[in-house]
Amino acid sequence: MAVKQRTPMPMQDPAERARNFSQVAMGYTEEMALAEAARCLQCRNPQCVVGCPVSVQIPRFIGLIKDKKYREAIDVIKETNSLPAVCGRVCPQESQCESKCVLLRTGQPIAIGRLERFAADWEAKNGAATPEKPASNGKKVAVVGAGPSGLTAAGDLAKLGYEVTIYESLHEPGGVLIYGIPEFRLPKEVVRREVEYVKALGVKIETDVVVGRTITIEDLFDDGFEAVYVASGAGLPMFMRIPGENLNGVYSANEWLTRINLMKAYLFPEWDTPVKRGKRVVVVGAGNVAMDAVRCALRLGAEEASIVYRRSRAEMPARAEEVENAEEEGVKFHFLTNPVEVIGDEKGWVKGLKCVKMELGEPDQSGRRRPVPIAGSEFVMDCDIVIMALGTSPNPIISQTTPGLNAHSWGGLIADEKTGRTTRERVWAGGDAVTGSATVILAMGAGKAAAKDIHEFLSGPQDKW
Amino acid sequence: MNEILVKKNLTPVTKLIVVKNPFVAAKAEPGQFVILRVRENGERIPLTIADFDREKDTVTLVFQEVGLSTILLGKLEVGDRILNLVGPLGVPAELPDSGTVVAVGGGVGVAPILPKCKELYRRGVKVISIIGARSKDLIILEDEMRACSHELHICTDDGSRGFKGFVSDKLKELIDGGLKCDEVVAVGPIPMMRATCETTRPYGLKTWVSMNPIMVDGTGMCGACRITVGGKTKFVCVDGPMFDGHEVDWAEAWLRAGMYRDEEKVAVESCQCGGGK
Ligand SMILES: Cc1cc2nc3c(=O)[nH]c(=O)nc-3n(C[C@H](O)[C@H](O)[C@H](O)COP(=O)(O)OP(=O)(O)OC[C@H]3O[C@@H](n4cnc5c(N)ncnc54)[C@H](O)[C@@H]3O)c2cc1C
Ligand code: FES
Repeated sequence: MAVKQRTPMPMQDPAERARNFSQVAMGYTEEMALAEAARCLQCRNPQCVVGCPVSVQIPRFIGLIKDKKYREAIDVIKETNSLPAVCGRVCPQESQCESKCVLLRTGQPIAIGRLERFAADWEAKNGAATPEKPASNGKKVAVVGAGPSGLTAAGDLAKLGYEVTIYESLHEPGGVLIYGIPEFRLPKEVVRREVEYVKALGVKIETDVVVGRTITIEDLFDDGFEAVYVASGAGLPMFMRIPGENLNGVYSANEWLTRINLMKAYLFPEWDTPVKRGKRVVVVGAGNVAMDAVRCALRLGAEEASIVYRRSRAEMPARAEEVENAEEEGVKFHFLTNPVEVIGDEKGWVKGLKCVKMELGEPDQSGRRRPVPIAGSEFVMDCDIVIMALGTSPNPIISQTTPGLNAHSWGGLIADEKTGRTTRERVWAGGDAVTGSATVILAMGAGKAAAKDIHEFLSGPQDKW
Repeated sequence: MNEILVKKNLTPVTKLIVVKNPFVAAKAEPGQFVILRVRENGERIPLTIADFDREKDTVTLVFQEVGLSTILLGKLEVGDRILNLVGPLGVPAELPDSGTVVAVGGGVGVAPILPKCKELYRRGVKVISIIGARSKDLIILEDEMRACSHELHICTDDGSRGFKGFVSDKLKELIDGGLKCDEVVAVGPIPMMRATCETTRPYGLKTWVSMNPIMVDGTGMCGACRITVGGKTKFVCVDGPMFDGHEVDWAEAWLRAGMYRDEEKVAVESCQCGGGK
């Protein structure tokens, strides 16, 4: 009979970790990994694999861990997932692979994400096999954006012999993994390792290039690129359009997180970029981005850090583990609460957030019960920083500057779901640029699919689009 | 890439550098800007493109040493490279093809107005320029401005040269003296642009301004650069930097520009780079 409880993850103590930027979950030791791997029933017809967007051969790699064949285990994962050290840390496993685990019937599912991370970290510690730079097939492919989607497509294409150049607008590659997700959840060293791997395959990464401004997709074709994969993410932050939103002390989550993660404002003045350190910080929203923002606020020294969310606990889109972590660290949650105005002092700084209480009404298009305001329930929360984490949409720069490349009215590029082909010949797109903000694993899967289709197209007669 | 080819001191606190960057030089248009970073732990700061040369693959930047990053930039010498430089960013200025334009430049704001005057002059538009500074030593790019203006007026706050008073006062004098013009372009510190807009407002004279807020990415990703124009929030880095000055919420823009004033002081003091004296 299998053990009902999963092996716990060693974690930094909540009170302590809420004040530092070191990794919260410290990772399984070998003993822990072996104990957890032993729980796997090695199902004949494994449902976990069905739950994984890129079909990682989960029972196979767990079986190899059980046999202490760690190198083989990571190789199995890498057959289908090129970013295991990242995915092991940030995938919403509870709604994917782990939600299908048979052990759920009698206890906790196997900790697939933790084991994936263990295998990936084992490889990093014991030396990854440096990839051979494959022989060139003489064909050039350009990738726009060095996030998980672009890096994955570039890596796969390089392995097939293409000469790949990634153009990235920021000064550092990694996309959201570098500028958005904080160090304490995903150390930047892990991301840099993945970037180095892609470079070792021969991929060139040109930073400080905004496609659509510095160069256009037309220019890329003129320069001899035969295909372009657009993986520019969903970078535009949304605001609520309520009064007081431009007061000093109101941030988009993107600005807040970019200052802290990419620009290392938590190390100011050693690093030059500042960020305001609030005493009472309110974050609006309840996704992963909101959890990251509010937990950063604690780590910057906030006395009180709260989440304000217009729906109820059950609808929170963030990874369950991060919500738990945030609660343990002391984050306060205000459900069924919606801001109506940011209140400022005479000098133009935030001093409060006026909110209204909500109740759940009829289900809306998404099937979730729609929150409606309760008349007369307004109240003011004292605060000095407000962070809007309401979601993001794709940046229109590329669609606006590329003739024939069409986008939906909300900004997402129009692309075939299976192949990534857009409305413009020889241009593929995928990841958040197509779906709007989603997940690392989906962005990566789209990159893989596009790489495959680019290869099929370029090695075929190239006459049908 | 990003090598400094020329460096000049325009005033004791204003420097001009010519930087090699074929990508930016090839695409730059008047009104656009770049974002740069001087060192590994450095900030990303925006600077308006003061000039560009497509043949020589260069862009010219003019800056005042006001904060840590500009002080560090000022320490780079000919032959040094700027660590990161990305652009051109923002929307090119929409310039008319005929008529008369008054170009008003205050302090270091003369630099960003120069490429616009050059282009207007080339198109055959009548260019009347008003440039000003606190005192005569701080007037920059006078010869360059003269070369692309049909009329050039110089103002100093202390009267040490030319007209004594603000550029906006000079503009009012010209308008009241019967000057006929189709639009005004004003670039400089916020109080100067604001005063210029208040001067032209009663005359219903279209006035373009170039906003220069705090930025991080410069591509629309963070919203640090937002201002209110005509009651709507705009991101200066992608919707601007040129806006109808009569529609800008100047009070808000002024407050936002000062958001990190305390931190700027700390940064300059703690870097021991000789700034902030
Ligand atoms: C704070 C935060 C936390 C998150 N947490 C999780 C999580 O726990 N689990 C999870 O699965 N997902 C999470 N996500 C979502 C996940 O990070 C994204 O879905 C994923 O990164 C999308 O990958 P991408 O490659 O499509 O785009 P991105 O990662 O956004 O990368 C796009 C890249 O393109 C660049 N770019 C944009 N425009 C241009 C241009 N014109 N020219 C050149 N380059 C350009 C950008 O600078 C960026 O580097 C989180 C997102 C955020 C913001
Ligand atoms: S600088 Fe970030 S959106 Fe404009």
